[in-house]
This record gives sequence, structure tokens and C-alpha cells, in this order.
Amino acid sequence: MNSDMIVSVSPHYHKAGATTQRVMLDVIIALIPALIASCLIFGVRSLLLVAVSAANCVLLEWVWNKLMKKPDTVSDLSAVVTGMLLAFNVPATMPIWQLIVGDFIAIIIVKMLFGGLGCNFVNPALVGRVAMMLSFTSNMTNYGTAAAKVDVLSSATPLAAMGNLNFSHFMTLFLGRHGGVLGETCALALLIGGVYLCVRQVIKPTIPCIYIGSVLVFTFLFSGFNGTQAVLSVFSGGLMLGAIFMATDYVTSPLTFKGQLIYALGCGFLTTMIRLFANSAEGVSFAILLMNLLVPYINNGTKTKPLGGVNA
Amino acid sequence: MSLKNLNGVHIPHRKNTAGLQAVRMPPPATVTIPLSMHIGRPANCVVAVGDHVDVGQLIAEPGGFVSSPVYASVSGKVKKIEPMLQFMGATCQAVVIESDGEMTPYANIAPPEITDYDSFIKAVRDSGVVGLGGATFPTAVKLDVKDTSRIQEIIINGAECEGYITSDHRTMLDRTDEVMEGCRLLEKWLDVKKIIIAIEDNKPDCIARMKEAAAGDDKVEVRALPCMYPQGGEKVLIYHVTGKIMPEGKLPIDVGSVVMNVTSVATLAHYCTTGMPLVEKCITVDGSAIKEPKNVIAPIGTASGEVIEFAGGFKCEPKKLVQGGPMMGVAQYTLDAPVAKGTSALLAFNEKDARPVTPSACIRCGGCIDHCPMKLMPCELERAYEKQDAEALKALKVGLCIECGCCAFQCPAHRALVQVNKLSKVLVRDYDARMKTLKEAGK
Repeated sequence: MNSDMIVSVSPHYHKAGATTQRVMLDVIIALIPALIASCLIFGVRSLLLVAVSAANCVLLEWVWNKLMKKPDTVSDLSAVVTGMLLAFNVPATMPIWQLIVGDFIAIIIVKMLFGGLGCNFVNPALVGRVAMMLSFTSNMTNYGTAAAKVDVLSSATPLAAMGNLNFSHFMTLFLGRHGGVLGETCALALLIGGVYLCVRQVIKPTIPCIYIGSVLVFTFLFSGFNGTQAVLSVFSGGLMLGAIFMATDYVTSPLTFKGQLIYALGCGFLTTMIRLFANSAEGVSFAILLMNLLVPYINNGTKTKPLGGVNA
Repeated sequence: MSLKNLNGVHIPHRKNTAGLQAVRMPPPATVTIPLSMHIGRPANCVVAVGDHVDVGQLIAEPGGFVSSPVYASVSGKVKKIEPMLQFMGATCQAVVIESDGEMTPYANIAPPEITDYDSFIKAVRDSGVVGLGGATFPTAVKLDVKDTSRIQEIIINGAECEGYITSDHRTMLDRTDEVMEGCRLLEKWLDVKKIIIAIEDNKPDCIARMKEAAAGDDKVEVRALPCMYPQGGEKVLIYHVTGKIMPEGKLPIDVGSVVMNVTSVATLAHYCTTGMPLVEKCITVDGSAIKEPKNVIAPIGTASGEVIEFAGGFKCEPKKLVQGGPMMGVAQYTLDAPVAKGTSALLAFNEKDARPVTPSACIRCGGCIDHCPMKLMPCELERAYEKQDAEALKALKVGLCIECGCCAFQCPAHRALVQVNKLSKVLVRDYDARMKTLKEAGK
């Protein structure tokens, strides 16, 4: 009678608007306030860097899929997110060819070689950043010059220049009018993005809140109860960017609430330890990367307890 | 109740037919009645080709303990008895009856004589009633608990949490008296101390009507439950109503509960008062390819397409036909698929809604875990299945999956998570059987 009926397994409808593309689009939208802030603070070159990096990541993924004869995946927009995040991690003066090298490492080496979206075991943008940091150290830490026209707190990121904190200093920090990489300085813009992601239920507040909170507490404890330093540690460096946009990457963060708690605490602890006791300003990047590596183990140890499950 | 509710999803309800009283369709020219419309052994045919049958006449008797009798749904002549391909891929015998259009009731129909527990269970068996919410487990087997003191409460499931379907909704409104009569039968013969009629709070009219009807009966309580899917799932319902958790591999009665669908209760009462067994079913006809959504009372065995034609037909070419709800219903390969005992809805979808979704890579968002009422980890189950790792699947408790579809419903990557769990259960069953054989061979 009607032999061309479509037969498929239930469920026969899906949540409206639940697509990977929509998730990634929300992340892009959440990054826009920080992008605007970086244009205001560091000038329009930041826009150029973000655009080049995003376009380059998309191109790399597209070329890779073509060469490997794999189905095209760029429409899921995840490459755009990686590209934007990577550009957010370089100073406004970064030479474009060096940023392109970073994109290559992030997309080809970390993401596509391991199987593409969902298979990378560490955050691609963070590895790209660390690789650029180690390869092009002077360019990666050349903060501030592009921002000569604004009142910068110091030439280096404020973490290196922690002193007495007054309200105007705090506002400078909160609004991000100081040296740093593109996307990390304006806490206000990053928080707006974070709230948007939570409202859209793209992320849960667990990881950012626990991460930032634990950095505050651990810094306070390990710096000899220095409240100023604790507050500074929250608003400086890449913590906000890392906690809201990098540590929450689905693929490289644990699946369950309990797992996310452990992971975020670990990130907070490692960030504090590296910042206070190691000779490196890369607290957030290394902390998140190290915890990324532990995610499979955390997932194994924090499985849900099925309702009515009986242990054999 | 201060218990934390289980996880689930909010599905689009689309209960377009809630306000429409069911209309009875005229007898179709032929009906094809499958002899396996329940869980358990198929029924054994007791009629022969050429026999004349009347409405309510036995055409097949239970083929075992877990089985159910089948009755003629129209009067007429048995035309064929032939194997029929069912949606699961298995075949079963089906009796094709050519209707004489008279719908003559069977002469020997009389209310059953119920004098004690055993005769009540026999009546339940003879009624042909199975779980009419879609599970189709024979009700007599469920109620045959031997020791009635094991039953702490009977939960009557009027949750109807699926989208579109309103046939239980209509049962509660149009057959209120039969539902209450069913409650009284259960109280009397099973010595039940408590009956809880559980209804989702998106059906205030049903709650009000049932409360009014149950006002005089202090053993019957009408309980409004928050609207969530899958509220009507047996394990979910027991947990939300009583707080009891059903352990793996156990039945509701093992925790002292019996769950019955509200239409099953009404149909049972109908048999006990009139003697007419289960021969027709109220079916919600809806979906994007349907011209006029309706509730239709159709004889069991009517072809799906004919029920839809009676309801007003299609407004565009149907590309998908689902028997049951959009979350758990079964897609049929043909419009000829007959309406069975467990069919509560016929949904026909247009090309846009029927188009299968294309899965993309799992992004490990964990949404499937957050929405699983059984607190399983569907994305991890999928990984274990891809590796064909039966031990891992068992450790992740795939057997507890109720196949409600919450995981797949909300998955942004549109992974076929329910399909994987269904296949995983088969994998585990085969694995266990193989291990058992190996173990015995080693002895």
C-alpha cells in the first residue's frame, strides 16, 4: 500500500533547537562582549586577529576533512569557537603568522589528528596557546603597547605587580583596562558571557564558580591570608576566560556533577600552586590542561548510581 | 512528598484532542487480529476458516501462563488465518475476519460470576485485558500475586505523559464510573488497602472529575503529579508516588506496588459488569499529516489507515506512521498495520517531521546523563556498545533502561541512544547465554 514509509527507532521528535551548531553558536555569542571589550581596550587589531584566527581554524578543518575524504564538519561551528578562543589568548601585537601556527597546532594536531570534535583529550585552544607561549615567548608576553592610549595598571599583567588595592585599581581590573592578552582582561565582559551561557543552559555554573571560588580561597590560604592578593588573583591573568570558556569545554571536562566538582577544585588548586610557587605565569593554562588529562579517570571514578542498580 | 523528583524532559504536549469525546467508527470491511498483542506466549487459535464469529467470541485462548485470550472484534466470517509480519520483525498468526457489518454481540456473553479471589483472577484473564498503556503485560498475571497481603497499594496510572495521546484522558472523563467500578473490584477481591489514581497536573479536568468520583471512597486517593516526561513510566511512577525504588530485575509487586493503566481498569470493570471482553480501543489520531485530530473508538484489528480515514484522513502524504506516542511509539512500515490491544494512538507525520535526524559526533555534554530518569549514563553506554563490551554494559546497568527516549530527545548531536540501548540489551542477553554455555561445558 505505502511502502515508502519511514521507519525509525523512537523517539520520533527531538528537543527544538537542540543541535551542536546551536550550542557552539551560543558560545560564540557569549564571547562577543569580550570581543567588543578587547576592541575598546586594545584597538581594532584585536578584531582582525580574532577574524583571522577563526577563519583559519575553519579553513584548516575543512581542508583536513577534504584531504582525509571525511564528511565536512565545519558547519558545527566548533572550529570558530576554537579560533576565537585562541585569538583571545594572544596579545594585540601578535604577528599574524604566529597566530596561524597556533591555529594549526590546535585544529590539526590536537583536534583532527585525534578524531575531530568530541575525541580530543585536551582543550585545543589551550594547547595552541601553550605552544605559542613556548615558541614565541617574547611576542606572547608583549602586553600593553597597543593599549598605550588607555590607563594601564602596569606594563605586565597585574599578577606580576600585585600591590595595594584601592577601588580605582579594582575597577581598572574589573573593566580590564590593563595589559594582557585580548580576551582575558575585561572581567565584566567575560561574566556577561558566562551568565548568558548559564541562562541558555549551555553550561552549568558548577565549574566556573567552583574554579574561581577555589582560586580565591586557596590563594588566601597559601599567601599567608593576604586578602588583596586573593581578590587580585581572581580578576587577573586568564582565570575568568579559563574558568568560563576553557575549563567548561564539554569534551575535556567530566560528565557528572561530582566529577565536575573534583575537576574544578583541581583546576583551582593547581592554578594557585603554579601561580604562587612555580616560576611561571601560565597558571590557568597548565592547570586546566593537567586536569583535562585526568578527566577520563575522574569520569571513571564518578559514575552515576543507577536507580535500583544492584551490585553483583 | 519531599522526595527529589527524578530527572526527565519537558516534551511538547500537543494534546490537541483532549477536549474531543471519542467517536465510534463503523465496522470496517475486514479486521486482521494478531494473536500476539501482549507480552508472553501468543494465543492459540480456536476458530477455523469459514467459521462465523460474533463480537466478543473467543477466537484464541491463552497459549501459556503469561498470555492472554483474543476475542473477535466484529461479527462475520473467518476469512483467513495466516502469519503476519510484526514490527519487531517476528511473525505471528493473525485471524482475518470479514465483517458482516452487523456487529452482533456473541450470544453467550454474560457477566462473569465472581465469588472469590480465584474467580476474580479468572475473570481478569478472560477479559483479555493487558497493560493498555502500551506495555501489554497480561493484567491477570500482574494481579495473580497469590498472597494479597503483598499488595501495599495499587497505583492507577493516569499520568499519560506522552505527547499527543489523550485516550486515557478521555477514559477518565468519559468512563469515570467504570474506573471507579474497577477500583471497587480491586478493593473487594484483592483486599487492597490503598488505591492511588496518579494524574499529571496538566489534566486538571481529569483530576477534578476523578476527585469528585472518588470522594465517597476513603481507600481511593487521587494524586496530582508534576508534569514531566516520563511520569507514567512504571518505575518513575512508583518512585514519585510512594518513594520506593524498584531493584534491578524485580517486579513492582516485589516492593509491594501494583501499577495498572487507567484504561485497563475501566476495561476490566466493563467486562465484569457486562461480560463484553476487550474488543475495541479508544485511539488518538493526530500528527502533522492528519487533517482532523480525533479520538476514535475502533475495533481491534482495524487497519491503521482505515481508522485515520474515518477520522478525516490525511492532509498531506504521510511519510511516517507511529503506533503509540512520539517518545516511545513504534514506527510502522505500512498503513495496513492493525490496531492492537496496546495501541493508544496513531500518529501520522508529514515529510518534514518524518525526516530522520542525522547524528553527529558526541560532544560529551553530559545532557543525556542529566535527563535520564534512571540515572544511567547513555553516552558511556554508547561507547561500551561501540566496543561491543558486554561486561561494561552490564556494569553501566543497561538492563535498567526503560527506553523512554529522554536521552535521545535532548541530545544536541542527535545520537541514536535509545537504539543503542535496545541493541545493547540483546548483546548482553547473548553474552550471558554464551557464558552460561561455556561454564556448563567446562564442568
